[in-house]
Amino acid sequence: MPAYIAKRLLALIPVLFGLSVIVFLMMALIPGDPASAILGSYATPENVARLNRDLGLDRSLPEQYLIWLGNLFEGDLGRSYSLNRPVLDEVLERFSATLILAGSALLLCSLLGLLAGVVSAVRQYGWADKLITLLVLVGISTPSFWLGLLLILLFAVNSQWFPASGMYAIYGGGDLADLLHHLFLPMLTLSVVATGVIARLTRTAMLEVLRQDYIRTARAKGLSERRVIYHHAFRVALVSVIPVIGIQAGFVMGGAVYIETVFQWPGIGSMLVQAISSRDLLLVQGGVLLVTVAYVLINLLADLAQSLIDPRLRR
Amino acid sequence: MSRTATANGLAHGRPGLWRLLLNNRLATLGLVLLLLILLLALAAPGLPLADPDLTAPVDRLLPPLSPGHPLGTDALGRDLLARLVWGTRVSLAVGISATLIAALVGSLVGLVAGYAGGRVDMLLMRAIDTVMAFPYILLALVIVAVLGPGLLNALYAIAIVNIPFFARNIRGITLGLSRREFVDAARLSGQSGRQILFGEILPNVLPVIIITISTTVGWMILETAGLSFLGLGAQPPQADLGSMLGEGRKLLFTTPHVSIIPGVMIFVLVMSVNLLGDGVRDLLDPRLKSGALTRPVARTAITHQVPAVTASAAAPRLDVRGLKTEFHMGRQIHRAVGGVDLRLDEGECLGLVGESGSGKSVTALSIMGLVPTPPGRIVAGSARLQGEELFLASDARIRQLRGAAVSHVFQDPLATLHPLYRVGEQLVEAIRAHQPLSRRQAEERAERLLKQVRIANPRRRMHAFPHQLSGGMRQRICIAMALANEVKVMIADEPTTALDVTVQAQILALLRQLRQARDAAILFISHDFSVVSALCERVAVMYAGKIVESGRTDAILSAPAHPYSQLLLQCVPVLGDPGRRLAAIPGQPPRLHALPTGCAFAPRCPRAEADCRHLSIALRPLAGGRWVRCLHPLLEEHGSA
Repeated sequence: MPAYIAKRLLALIPVLFGLSVIVFLMMALIPGDPASAILGSYATPENVARLNRDLGLDRSLPEQYLIWLGNLFEGDLGRSYSLNRPVLDEVLERFSATLILAGSALLLCSLLGLLAGVVSAVRQYGWADKLITLLVLVGISTPSFWLGLLLILLFAVNSQWFPASGMYAIYGGGDLADLLHHLFLPMLTLSVVATGVIARLTRTAMLEVLRQDYIRTARAKGLSERRVIYHHAFRVALVSVIPVIGIQAGFVMGGAVYIETVFQWPGIGSMLVQAISSRDLLLVQGGVLLVTVAYVLINLLADLAQSLIDPRLRR
Repeated sequence: MSRTATANGLAHGRPGLWRLLLNNRLATLGLVLLLLILLLALAAPGLPLADPDLTAPVDRLLPPLSPGHPLGTDALGRDLLARLVWGTRVSLAVGISATLIAALVGSLVGLVAGYAGGRVDMLLMRAIDTVMAFPYILLALVIVAVLGPGLLNALYAIAIVNIPFFARNIRGITLGLSRREFVDAARLSGQSGRQILFGEILPNVLPVIIITISTTVGWMILETAGLSFLGLGAQPPQADLGSMLGEGRKLLFTTPHVSIIPGVMIFVLVMSVNLLGDGVRDLLDPRLKSGALTRPVARTAITHQVPAVTASAAAPRLDVRGLKTEFHMGRQIHRAVGGVDLRLDEGECLGLVGESGSGKSVTALSIMGLVPTPPGRIVAGSARLQGEELFLASDARIRQLRGAAVSHVFQDPLATLHPLYRVGEQLVEAIRAHQPLSRRQAEERAERLLKQVRIANPRRRMHAFPHQLSGGMRQRICIAMALANEVKVMIADEPTTALDVTVQAQILALLRQLRQARDAAILFISHDFSVVSALCERVAVMYAGKIVESGRTDAILSAPAHPYSQLLLQCVPVLGDPGRRLAAIPGQPPRLHALPTGCAFAPRCPRAEADCRHLSIALRPLAGGRWVRCLHPLLEEHGSA
């Protein structure tokens, strides 16, 4: 297992390199003069010249990349002109809020999705299966930003059970109960689509596994049906669902962009939207880099979890 | 030239395809909805709608069903119905354009990578992997950030982030196709790479492209709407459904209909696309068809009235009578087992021989209800274990008997052992399912069992996973598992077929020894007469779901009565006689859903006469306790005296 982990970590290097190149090129590919693009149309010529020098834009592209990478390793992602503070500080602060939202949503959609998928497969063609299939179809067709608005109308405006916005607890103030209270609606909204996708794939995986020879062996041994399904079949199905959960992590973190905007959640998604609107590109760059690295690491974890369950993968 | 089945369906079966699609009620619903929306969007300029951009501050925020404004008005007094129709038009155009761009570029990348292979493939796929390392929507945001907000830029962004889905799917298929014979043939006939790629491979890849389009177009419509909702797509005064929703959001608390209505439209649109997409996918890729994967239940369905048993003292170990098992696939009924009688006495080993598809495995699996239902079902007969009717037993009782009184050894030990559990755990599980032992005690018993099946170093082997063991070792584990409890009957279904010849001999020797040491009766199934003759004193030959001959192994071996047995025997190589011609039986076994009247073997039989083809033939006795189902047996002179 340690050798396997080392191998996976090593395989991460080219991926991270590719990511850093793309994120770096993002700035180089901006049409026109990047410095004026970054500083906006009201920038003074002196400021533009200084930024050009600071960014090293007078050098060749590979040189620029190396300088940028060097700064990156020192934790210097540049300075956000719209917020007038270091990008890293802002991004890290925002990221913790996103992590709470996306993490809880991912947990919720994994649990619900696996449960629904297994029930659906075990009760194939029964009413539970039909209901779940219908819900899944509705779920994956629903625009999450619209669903968020609906939930706000239902639970925050009409019944006032949950707040529609104002999540500030993580910056001090409210306690855990307050956080959960604010978290509930956005978490629910964010997890709907991913729950549907996971449920669908779990159902297929379970049906596939239940036809395998080793399931027949388990039955021939005289095991209870419960044990056959949850011990023998589910474990194998899980192996093929885990990478799907890893990919859903990307959809959930991406979807957070909408949900954070709808619920005014102070995360990295709403920050990105504001930063793009105000053309604060260094902030966009930093935010995207952080979320993408987090996504890559989550997929690494998914890989490792998968090989923990399936010994055949540890080679 | 061999083309893929899916391509055939697409190329030649278009009318049939449409009919099949319309047979799928949900897909039809999606199609109708989508057509309605498309029609509405296309007809927008001709419809008697208000000017969608005409502001009227006096009429601002009218509720739905106001006179002149069926859906009300927005904050600038613009007619919502008109804006909805025009917005749908924009959303559809953007979503579909993005899909086409992604399909075109992605398919091209996939085709080239899959066909070229080597370094080109590696480079292209690395690039695709890197793009996929970004969370989906985030990459679209980056692209919009670089290009600047705007509907066209949003379109490009969504198209680019969807390219990998196409590239990956199409590359996989292309890679497989480029090794096929018809591509080789085209290459040898001197066609250029481009001709082969677009003339030969593309038509076969088309179904995959269509599937990928049908499964991604909904997403793309949704995501372009999302970017517009965030204010990064359509810019005023232009409006699509997403930007209408985004603008209306500011008024959510006072006039919710302004944002709810465009949302409903997006939902209905995406839902109809997804319904249709699922239908198309099921149609073009039967592997993914949801209905094709059915879950087998815990026990084979028994659909006939089973006669009650009158207890008798001298019941044999296993007594199967008149067993019929069928598979119902669509409208066809495959009669896999058509009335089989088997009798197995204490300490006896009965061989069941036949070609694959003769029904011998289904017979064996029917006994303990292990034939998968659906599609299998037992429609006639009885099976008694020491006088107890198995077909009348409760599910709980069957579970009690499985593994405890009747155990199974199957053909391919790699497929029949659970891949994720250590073999020791699987053994312990088999023991503890029927014996009230502690974990420790069960482990000790498991170790003893492994020793009995001649596994060296049993303690260490217990910790191995199946894939870490050799084929012979795995089958020994399976046999140990079948012996975990004091079984009365062991059913061994081709236990040596998947093994090397030397390992085969070892396993047979092991089974012989175990038979002497234990008192279990064995039902041994094989297609190979020589294997059966090494172990069984009696043998039954099966053909097309019926027993055609039975008797003592040595008698049948030296003088087969049924022409089929004779031909089957000629397939067996004899050691020390390399010059012997190994004859394959000409022809094919009959199709089980269309069995001929009369003898099922008649079409392949060298001795068949006219009466063989229409008389129903009973199993009749020969001398020496032998039975044969033949009108013109090879042993007529011994007759049924």
